Amino acid sequence: MTIPHMVDEMTARLRQEAESRGYHLNPDADAVNALVEGLLVNIERYGYPSCPCRLSFGEKDDDLDILCPCDYRDADLDDHGACYCALYVSAAVHNGSEEVVPVPERRPPSEERGKAETTTGGFSHPVHRCKVCGYLCARETPPEKCPICMVGRERFERFA
Amino acid sequence: MIKETSVCICHMEFVKVDGDDLGDIVLYALSTCRWCRKTKELLADLNIRHRYVFVDQLDKEGKNRAMVEMEKHDRSGSFPMIVIDGKDVIKGFKEDEIRRLAKR
Repeated sequence: MTIPHMVDEMTARLRQEAESRGYHLNPDADAVNALVEGLLVNIERYGYPSCPCRLSFGEKDDDLDILCPCDYRDADLDDHGACYCALYVSAAVHNGSEEVVPVPERRPPSEERGKAETTTGGFSHPVHRCKVCGYLCARETPPEKCPICMVGRERFERFA
Repeated sequence: MIKETSVCICHMEFVKVDGDDLGDIVLYALSTCRWCRKTKELLADLNIRHRYVFVDQLDKEGKNRAMVEMEKHDRSGSFPMIVIDGKDVIKGFKEDEIRRLAKR
């Protein structure tokens, strides 16, 4: 299969998966094209889809946090309206009411990675519960939409 | 017409791009990164003489050298990074900052 075909096929799959789970790909088709091509290059040379905008040494265990979609996507969507590479964007960017701006790197410097600690007797993050389907997520804020039942953020309650 | 030549420094193969001499302008970039590509294109459009390296295309030694150099300037070691005369840094595709650079 030729590269353009693979890019189109992967883009269609990512778009379908994103939209069905309450996420959005960047409305800029050229941007998505370039990023998906980057992901394909990384799959080819490393064997996994590491972020096209971050450096990989080809060691998967060191890159688990930057496999697309990366660990930092949702927080960056919340704070900046786009993930680090801007493959994924918020609803506001998707519908054109906000623009994509460069997103600062949220990934900790290499020597600080993997040192996240849980506090004794508690959780490392707040836990949010979707009041519609019971989906639980441990992160700073609930997602824009519940990835299970697609209801909005406002339907979440603090669980723990 | 962009004139490019290549030079190898410490396992890092830099591509030199001719243009107006505004000092030693170094761009650390990834070949797969769209923001890096935009930065590279803007430097060329502004006719700024610089050298760039696609760090992802280096061997492990070269990648390590590049990260050491980059982390001297910014601990995040994020791409794209422009280093000006070995001291000032533009992190990410900051179009306004890059355009200001051309007016130095």
